[in-house]
Amino acid sequence: MTIRFEPRGEAPPWLSPVLTLAAVVVALAIGAVVLAFVGGDPIRTYLHIVDAAFGDIGVLSDTLVKATPLILTGLACALAFRMRLWNIGAEGQFLLGAWGASAVVLWPIVPAGTPAVVVIPAMMLAGAVAGAVWGLIPGVLKARLGVNEIITTLMLNYVALAWIQFWVFGPWSEGGFQQTVPFAREAWLPRLTDFADQFPLLAGLTTHLGLVFALVATAVMSVVVSRTRWGYEMRLIGDNARAARYAGIDIARYVIVVFAISGALAGLAGMSEVSGVVHRLQDRISPGYGFTAIIIAYLARLGPWRVVVASILFGALILAGREIQPSGVPAMIQGIIMFCLIAADVLVRYRIRLGGRVAATT
Amino acid sequence: MAGPEPLVNAPSTPLAIEAVGVVKSFPGVLANDHVDFDVRQGEIHALLGENGAGKSTLMNVLAGLYRPEAGGVRVAGQAVDLRSPRDAIAAGIGMVHQHFTLVPSQTVAENVLLGLDRPRFRLDLKRTEAEVARLAAEIGLRVDPGARVWQLSVGEQQRVEIIKLLFHGARVLILDEPTAVLAPQETAELFTTLRSMADAGRSVVFISHKLGEVLTIADRITVMRGGKVTASGIDPRGVARSDLARLMVGRPVLEALKRTAVEPGRVVLSVEDVSAHNDRGLPALRGVSLQVRAGEIVGIAAVAGNGQSELAQVITGLRACTGRVVVHGRNIAGRPSRVAIASGVGHVPEDRAGVGSAPNLSLVDNLILRRFRHAPVARGPFHDEGAARSKAQQLQVAYAISAPTINAPVRILSGGNLQRLILAREIDSAPSLLVAVQPTRGLDVGAIEGVHQLLLDLRAQGTALLLISEELEELLALADRILVMYEGRVTAAFDAPGVHHVDAIGLHMTGGAGAAPEERGAR
Repeated sequence: MTIRFEPRGEAPPWLSPVLTLAAVVVALAIGAVVLAFVGGDPIRTYLHIVDAAFGDIGVLSDTLVKATPLILTGLACALAFRMRLWNIGAEGQFLLGAWGASAVVLWPIVPAGTPAVVVIPAMMLAGAVAGAVWGLIPGVLKARLGVNEIITTLMLNYVALAWIQFWVFGPWSEGGFQQTVPFAREAWLPRLTDFADQFPLLAGLTTHLGLVFALVATAVMSVVVSRTRWGYEMRLIGDNARAARYAGIDIARYVIVVFAISGALAGLAGMSEVSGVVHRLQDRISPGYGFTAIIIAYLARLGPWRVVVASILFGALILAGREIQPSGVPAMIQGIIMFCLIAADVLVRYRIRLGGRVAATT
Repeated sequence: MAGPEPLVNAPSTPLAIEAVGVVKSFPGVLANDHVDFDVRQGEIHALLGENGAGKSTLMNVLAGLYRPEAGGVRVAGQAVDLRSPRDAIAAGIGMVHQHFTLVPSQTVAENVLLGLDRPRFRLDLKRTEAEVARLAAEIGLRVDPGARVWQLSVGEQQRVEIIKLLFHGARVLILDEPTAVLAPQETAELFTTLRSMADAGRSVVFISHKLGEVLTIADRITVMRGGKVTASGIDPRGVARSDLARLMVGRPVLEALKRTAVEPGRVVLSVEDVSAHNDRGLPALRGVSLQVRAGEIVGIAAVAGNGQSELAQVITGLRACTGRVVVHGRNIAGRPSRVAIASGVGHVPEDRAGVGSAPNLSLVDNLILRRFRHAPVARGPFHDEGAARSKAQQLQVAYAISAPTINAPVRILSGGNLQRLILAREIDSAPSLLVAVQPTRGLDVGAIEGVHQLLLDLRAQGTALLLISEELEELLALADRILVMYEGRVTAAFDAPGVHHVDAIGLHMTGGAGAAPEERGAR
């Protein structure tokens, strides 16, 4: 019995989405085996995850809250990955975005009592700019000096965390705790529950305006990548940078701009999280959104709307994490999904032949 | 066992190897359809066929790289099961591939030892070097066993490959398109070597699609087309060139190019004292000057690695340089490729898949590579997919690019179709200067004819063409003038070149009169 891999010619168009779905199914099946092995009931566990994430409007709202930063950071990764820029620094850019937004109210850049219509846009701008700057560092190094962006973006994540810790332990510390004072209400993104007076149904729903940012960003990116000249040029650079240069495209400029936009999206995610959910800056503001975003971009095969779907799935897994004992289960499933996705990629490019039939071995 | 022995005259000498009824398929292609092939001891057997005829597949079966789905291989009458190249070499069959399998940083002797089980422990390079030198002298190959491979010219590397296989005990040597990388003199030298090996009782299988060469060197010729043998072991003395071409292509081929008289117009391209480095930072162009006029084809003849690739890149804005590159009176030297494109410079690059196309993108995306900045494809910042598709459809029909749909990724196109796509795109952008590098490399006879006619039509329309080719025949057929480049300099110019210039051109290509062919290129 032998197993051989043969290169495929043209993979049929349905293959990639089918394999993606199959990878998720296989990952859940593997997770079920592990759950059964440790004495759990896999079916009950999965039903519980579904119930805990989508069971009623309240938890659905919570799922969307978790999905919001994932969508924005997922788009950040997907955009960069389209150009084969391996930005794995969305986590750091997210943190800088959160810091930039916090600086608006804590520095303070705007005086206390400024109305929300000024504070919120200022925080958005500050968050996006701080994230963009954090993205520009590896972008410029890559474009001008050819420095490997995987290393720089990864390392800058740790720098960003140290930067946040400096501020929350030091200048902005709330009485020595590792967090800042809560923001004033003007710096809070509006939530559904804020409108409970007019619409009682919305009471307790924490979904905030950040979701709208995420959906608008998705729509814009979707149009840009599929319907504009920039989208075409990015496709070209992503598939064959030498052909893009031959076509007269300034690749260095694209690397810098795309890194800046990618950083800005992740920065906006950080802003949305401090302003929409936490309402203060902490050093543990992200449970690894920027890293989960990498899996999400991959799972979505870099499609903007698919990023939204994948983010909701992962938002549900994160949310269910607090319901399930042991709480490592969702993290395990995330890991297995990533693993299966990478394995499935092999099947897009190769077909597997089993058995004694003789096949190419080159 | 399939089919009767096709030879009329019974083999007088014993058979070295036989392939019997070999069947080998790849997804969607039957590459070898019950192929019989045999090689006698001490003969040079040419395997002739177009790209995709199944020559390389058959040879890879003999070399142990592929295993046939049916049929088998016999060596000296004994059936053998070749599971790997190691089995093949143990059976005395060795293959020199088009892409060499040498380690550049190692010496010739070290490369020769690669893959051998000996020496078991202590590496005595001196002894190996002496053995290599003796073996080389036996068959009249000149190679320095202590030289590092990266220092050698392509022709010398080829010799190392041959010696390596002989050292490993090959009795049958398979050479896949060995002359594609050689200058005329180097080819002549290779032929002498091959003949002396055959005289010494070894067998040579010589794969080619060049009729002239095959008729010069072969004792017998086998022709393949579409995975089948169309002529088996025929004697070259009794066969005409046109018959071979017909057997190969499946229809009569006559290269009757319509070449109209064109009075060259004004100077479109003027290269003035241009110098540039190659990718390794070594000087590749050393003060090149040349001019190309409207309605004129200027050919550059050079052995690979003498600066001709860098010349094309300098003109098309893909490589930095010193000196001046003037197109229509505007100096574009050192400006990005966007400027060259805007100045009307078209470019058929040497590396089609690596530079000339984006392999995973569709025909549509690839066909609009020169047009996406302008209406109708560009509407403001927006990209009009409908306009792009109709342009692509139009070009696909006009240039007979065969592909399942215009949405298919171009990596599935055959070499000839991909080249047609690139030519279609470049010609359609109506360049006033076209830089074409190796435009017919790897194409089959029918396709070459088509490309040549396209280039001549462009010339008739008043386009200036700079044609860089390693095929001297192609340059002689097309060019109004031929410039020879050697070590980054233009070393000779021939006006109205003809067949009688071949020797002189070849001499200059290898470093001028009196220079030994192993003179190293500027690589």
